[in-house]
Order: sequence, then C-alpha cells, then structure tokens
Amino acid sequence: MGSALETDASPAVGNARGRDASSALELELRNVQKRYPGRRDPAIPDLSLTVPAGEVCVLVGPSGSGKTTAMRLINRMIPLTGGDILLGGRSVLEREETELRREIGYVIQQVGLFPHQTVQENIATVPKLLGWPKDRTESRVRELLELISLDPAEVGKRYPHQLSGGQRQRVGVARALAADPPLLLMDEPFGAIDPINRATLQDGFLALQEKVRKTVVFVTHDIDEAIKMGDRIAILREGGTLAQYAPPAEILDSPADAFVADFVGADRALKRLGLATLADVKLPPMNGDKPAGDVPVTMSVRDALAAVLAAGGQPMRVLGDDGEVRGLATLDAIGRLFDGNSSALPDSVHSRREAPEQR
Amino acid sequence: MKGGGPVIPNFGGSAHALACQKANRLFCWDWFSSNWSGTLWPALRQHVLLVLIAVVAGFAISMVLALFAHRYQRVEQPVTWFTSFLYTIPSLAFFELLLGIPGLGLNLVTAEIPLVAYTLLILFRNILTGLRNVPTEVLDAARGMGMSRRQTLLRVELPLAMPAIIAGLRIATVSTVALATIAVLVDGNYGLGKPILDGIGDYYFKTELIAAGALAVLLAITADGLLVGAQRLLTPWARMRAT
Repeated sequence: MGSALETDASPAVGNARGRDASSALELELRNVQKRYPGRRDPAIPDLSLTVPAGEVCVLVGPSGSGKTTAMRLINRMIPLTGGDILLGGRSVLEREETELRREIGYVIQQVGLFPHQTVQENIATVPKLLGWPKDRTESRVRELLELISLDPAEVGKRYPHQLSGGQRQRVGVARALAADPPLLLMDEPFGAIDPINRATLQDGFLALQEKVRKTVVFVTHDIDEAIKMGDRIAILREGGTLAQYAPPAEILDSPADAFVADFVGADRALKRLGLATLADVKLPPMNGDKPAGDVPVTMSVRDALAAVLAAGGQPMRVLGDDGEVRGLATLDAIGRLFDGNSSALPDSVHSRREAPEQR
Repeated sequence: MKGGGPVIPNFGGSAHALACQKANRLFCWDWFSSNWSGTLWPALRQHVLLVLIAVVAGFAISMVLALFAHRYQRVEQPVTWFTSFLYTIPSLAFFELLLGIPGLGLNLVTAEIPLVAYTLLILFRNILTGLRNVPTEVLDAARGMGMSRRQTLLRVELPLAMPAIIAGLRIATVSTVALATIAVLVDGNYGLGKPILDGIGDYYFKTELIAAGALAVLLAITADGLLVGAQRLLTPWARMRAT
C-alpha cells in the first residue's frame, strides 16, 4: 500500500487498487505539536497515538482540549508545528495537500454538501477530482447510495435542501467514502441531529463501518457517543494533553485518573453494563421463582437491569435466539459483575464488533 | 429640422404632415410606423449596443476587482470608495469632464466611460457579496475534499454566487438602459437619447418622445426578462428551492 506517489495528473492510477480492496491504513500521530502564533501555550503540546488500520478512534474531551484541532492536523487543514503524522507509515507532510485530502474522507458537523449540486454530483466530487472515468463514477455513486440505504433513482437527482437532516448527513458520509479512502475523519458528524435520529445514524454508521472497515478518527464531546462508536477512545483534557487512550471497556473499568473518571461520569458502571450483553453474564439457572418476564440474551446488561428494576427487583427469564431458556437475570447476578472498582466482564465485551482483520 | 413653412410647422422631418400629426394626437401611430425604419429602429439598435458594451465591460472590470477583494481583504475598501465616488458624479458633469481630457472626443468611447463607471459599484458589491455569502462549511468541505483554490472558486464559489451576480446584472442593465439616453450629449447621433431629445425639443408634437421613451422602457423590461431567464437556466438548484 501507499505507492500513490503518482501526481494529480495521473488520474485513476492512485485508486486503481479499486473499491474492492477496501483498504484501511494505520494512522500514527507522533509527538504532534500545534502552536498558534502569538499564544503562549500550545493548543496541543505533545500528542502521540496510533490508530490500528480499520479501527474507530474517538477523540473526546471538553472544549479547548484540541480534539478538532488534532483531527484537522491529520489532513493538514491546519498546519502542524511539530512532530509528524504517518498514514500507512508515510508522513502526511511529504504529500501534496490536495492530493492527500482526496485520499482522506472528510465529514463535518454541518455536512457542507454543495447546495448547487444534486446528491449524485455531491457524492461524485472526489472521483471527479481524481479524474475517474464517467461510468466508474456513476456506478460508484449508485453503490454508495445503496450502501447508505437511499434509493439512487429517487434521491440521486435531488438537491441537498430537499433532503432531511439525517439524509443529508448520510449523503455526507457517502461523499466522504466515494473514492474509497483508507482513512475517514469525522468531526462531530451527528452533533446537529436530534437524539432519536442520531441513534439511528450512529447505528447506521456502525453497520456501514462493519462493511467498509475504514480507519476512522471521530471527534465528539459526547462521552456516550464515544463509548458507542469507538474501538478506542482518546480522552483529551483542556490544554490538549492526552488523559487516556484505551478501548471503551477499559476506560470505564479503570479510568486513568480523576479527570477521566469525572469525564465519563458517575454512572460509568451503568455505561459499562451498556457495553455487555446478557450472553457475557454468568446467569443463575431457573429456580422456583416466577420470572417477571422474558428478555432476549442479546439484550444489553444495562437494559436488562432496567427491566429487572422496573419489575420491582424480580428476575427476568433470559431466552436465547432459539427460544431456549438461558437462565435468570437477577439483580444479584448483575451486581456480582462488579468487584470494587473494575468489572468482572471480559475485555472483549465490546461485542458489537470484533477486532478488525489485519491486512 | 423645423421651419418647413411659416404657417404649419413641419413636424418630425417628414415633408407631408400626417393626419394625426396635424390633429396633434397624444400618440400618432402613422408617424411611428413611417419613422420606424429610418429613425427609431436604428436608434434602438445603437442603444442596445451602448448598453451591451457598458454592462459587459463593467462586468469584466467588476469581476476582476471582486475576485481581488475576495482574495485580499484590504482591496475592498479602496475599491468601494472609488466606485462609490464614480457613482456620485452627476452624469451631465461626467461627460463634460471627460470632454476636457485630451484625446477624448465626441464619440462612442467617451460615451461609454461614464456608463461603465456607473455599473461598477453595484456589480462589484453584488459579486463580492455573492462570493462572501458562500457558507463556511461548504468551503471547509470543498477544501477538506482536496479542491484547490481555483477549483473551489470555479466549481463552488462562483456557481453559488450566481444569484447575487445576476441580481447585480439586472440592476446594472436596467439603470444603464435609462442612463444611456444621455450619451446623446457626447455623440449627438447615438442611441434612443436622440429621438427623446428631439421629442423634448418639439413643443407640440410628443409622439417621438413617447415612442422613444416607451422603447427604452420596453428594452429595459426585455433585458431584465432575459436575465431572469438566464438565472433560471444557470441556477436550477435555486429554482427547486421554491417548489
């Protein structure tokens, strides 16, 4: 990978690896520093982290923690003042800016679709810049619209203002994926969407990521979104320093310090339960007690706990996919998951996704 | 032209006065049709040319100035001052001032200079406003996807500025149609100003004034209509917004 030394003038070539390759690249931030002229303190003093290929890394933190700055350094929307950023082992600094950006998907909160272009034309932006042949661009656009569950015939010819907010955001993601970039940058992509549609979009994106397996840098200020979306979470504190960089379960189980513990919230035990399903819990077998109701084994432990609490503390019967009884979800069984500060849940409970296949 | 006879003045340069001319109706159709090909049509064509040259030249100059001001913020103030200054010069004085400049005679070039000058303020402002009003997130997305500055300008900024640009062109065109009538002061044989001036000079018979004035109004309306049509063609996305 990464032999894309070709210049702008050689279209297609840089992307000749084709859309089937679905290539993700490792991203490494190495002692990254950003100083703004005339300011005493750097926005980011010294940030190092590595995002393995095909994983979602969420940058989260309060305002002033430099999370958006860090993201925009990657595609050089903001110039770096120290350190280096490597994409697939190759420094972004040695690339021509426009060429680099065409290889990195870019999604922002306000979407920024071109109002004067149809959905199709918007999605075709980067392929056009890369000089793809027309039929290849067209079939790619159709493919992407199907990927984001929009009807190409119906929605393709609409203008952005004729779409709902959620549809616009999906088109924004499709546009970013158009040239099959190995890296996707997303700056609070669902921040302007109402909570119900946001959950739908989040789920939609996770399902999409399941298929495309991009390396993703996702910026948010919402810790719940970070926990839901991230394979790894980088928590930044004010002043642009990294407080903790770990998978969600680890951050919830063992926050590195008081700042992280405070940031993830007093309900981090509950959030932790949200990451596990009943399948991860050692359930006591059915006894004489009459269960208050049935819950599926795929339910999150957090939801199961809510169901038990709603039933006045009475256990729920847990059923497998096949309808077979797996045991009882009791307050006691759930409570026993915690042992002081950390949980007894397995580390792999971020069970939505498994570790991405390595190339 | 006058003074054909001592008793009945000869109106409109025709040897035989028309019936409605003798009756001095408010509008004499016979006069209109008999003077169309000799007087009014050539004047109208000249007028169209006057306006076309003024608007095209004014647009080209304004576009260059606006692109500069868009790129280099500090250019805007001086350009605004200068074009506003030009705009405040009374048109009659403007022609008179130009005639004092060596090399500028009583000709078309001298007539065009003020006409072009008066379009600059409105066109410059509208183009610049159009370019500036492109949403920042759209520009951010364009840059983030790897568009060069030039590509962003041509593919994003100018198309999105088009409604404002055409709005400016409409105002500039309509006002130039009206203003171009005074070009007659510089080139006595040019444009609709000529029949209008003749009509004013004729104390009794007003058909020529009304006819030439109406042609100027119709020209303005037609030009405006064409620009509206152009806008619909060029900005289908803005039209869809209404539906």
